[in-house]
Amino acid sequence: MKHLENIRDLVKYHSTVEKEVYLDLENSTPVPVEVLQEMLPYFSSKAYGNPTLTHKQGWEAYETIMDAAGFITRLIGGSSPEELCFASGEAEVNSLAIFGTAVGKTGRIVVSSVDPLTILLPVERLEKKGFEVVRVPVDPEGFVDLEALSKAVNRDTVLVSMSMVNNEIGTIQPFREIVKTAREGNPDVTVHMDASDAYGRISFNVKDMDVDLLSLSSYKIMGPRGVAALYVRSGVEVERIIEGPIGTQPLWPGVENTPLIVGFKKASELAFKDFEGNVSKMRKLRDMLINGLLSIEETLLNGPIGGKRAPDNVNISFLHCEGESLTIELSFKGVYVSSGSACTRRILQPSHVLTAIGREYEAAHGSILMKVSRYHSVEDIEYVLEAFKPAVERIRAMSPTRRI
Amino acid sequence: MSRAPLPYSQKILELFRNPKNLGRMEDATVSATAGSPACGDMIAFYLKIDENMIITRASFESYGCAANIATASMLTEMVKGKSLEEAWRISWKDVANEVGGLPAVKLHCGVLAVGALRRAIREFFKERGFKPEWVPDEDTFEEKQALEEEKLAKIISKRLLLREDGETRE
Repeated sequence: MKHLENIRDLVKYHSTVEKEVYLDLENSTPVPVEVLQEMLPYFSSKAYGNPTLTHKQGWEAYETIMDAAGFITRLIGGSSPEELCFASGEAEVNSLAIFGTAVGKTGRIVVSSVDPLTILLPVERLEKKGFEVVRVPVDPEGFVDLEALSKAVNRDTVLVSMSMVNNEIGTIQPFREIVKTAREGNPDVTVHMDASDAYGRISFNVKDMDVDLLSLSSYKIMGPRGVAALYVRSGVEVERIIEGPIGTQPLWPGVENTPLIVGFKKASELAFKDFEGNVSKMRKLRDMLINGLLSIEETLLNGPIGGKRAPDNVNISFLHCEGESLTIELSFKGVYVSSGSACTRRILQPSHVLTAIGREYEAAHGSILMKVSRYHSVEDIEYVLEAFKPAVERIRAMSPTRRI
Repeated sequence: MSRAPLPYSQKILELFRNPKNLGRMEDATVSATAGSPACGDMIAFYLKIDENMIITRASFESYGCAANIATASMLTEMVKGKSLEEAWRISWKDVANEVGGLPAVKLHCGVLAVGALRRAIREFFKERGFKPEWVPDEDTFEEKQALEEEKLAKIISKRLLLREDGETRE
């Protein structure tokens, strides 16, 4: 395995890194020690039984899972723990919402042009199977065009599926208006919202929103990966998309992963314990990072500013600076970020979100996405800003594009 | 669309961090580019050629990923001291081998570097109004690929506009 050796060498290359700041919270997150400690007993000394079985370890597991479901349901304003289905990740719950609603039906599905690929790709598959898919455009800040949405949702529309907060550029969508507009277009439509980037960062309530299905992701609030949840309002029909023995989760077969669910609950608890404090800390770090980076010349902020932007999201395009090179250069300084460049996406197309808001291809290739959390400090952001300037300068110095 | 990590070789990293022959050459005999910023991939190649048609110096500039930078830098090293004919015969596979292999999705970086070099050599003869036998009339694989990539950038940006217009249509 030559490739594996190369990867090991890449890691070794970082041996001289003095400080590490991980800002790639979009793509995976480290589990905070306090969350890990909460999870640990559930692997081997507590509630490790199958929650459907009739013995102490099973009953403990059942109690633990239902307790977590109740806790999370209350945080989002649902009525009963039965409304929450745990599954193994954001992609899985979004697929469950979309395929589980569409199965056995025909007609139209409405999404937006900036939704995450966990929505756009399942919908693209349904389009190939005969569904009509309408992708509602957005304005230059990424806000869904409500007028276009209103035109798009007709009597044939079976599903409207959109994200509440854009995962790449932080746009906080007018989600209440989106649901309202969808229902005006068709009172029978099922409305699904992906709240993965909203949960723990903006206030919302499923009842006020009047939403049918809502996705929540654990790792996006610093919980463990491999667990997510779909809120399904009582009475809303969703079919299973995978089959197997059913346990406590009617829509997701298989043995429940109790330790991960416990971690998801703990991460939720920490995010909501001091919600306002957490959010204002994130916002302060976010603005410090945005303002510092925008002081570098030839940069563009992608997405809105201030209260219209998710408190954790930073997305900046560095012109004349290809994104993948910049992520590697920063990695050697211990700063970990991701890019919307075609190169880092392994397909020839750059971020669909950035092209949908009208960014030139070059601006998309030079974009860097970062998210801050309550675990970051002002010193971390200072370190990141110090690392960025010479990194951008060095990559730009290699480029011939400034002259064309 | 799999997203396996990019197993860049030690050689690529070395050239990415400390590129050789980087920068525009003010007194170049000839220069050429391949790719475009829209592709996220562009190389400029500069050659200093003496009266015996030997490449005495070569340099590059790159807008692109680490593989793009490394392959372009490596190619400038490979052509130094070579005759134009010898330089012409370097293929993208030779460059890929010299950098310790390229991840599959990055093979086009080697292709683009060779495409830029061959365009520069073609340009050299065009300016002088003659063409040796070893330069084929038709574009070689690497030159065609560079052209394809440039065209593709245009096509996908056009297609994107069309699709967005279509999205609002009932």
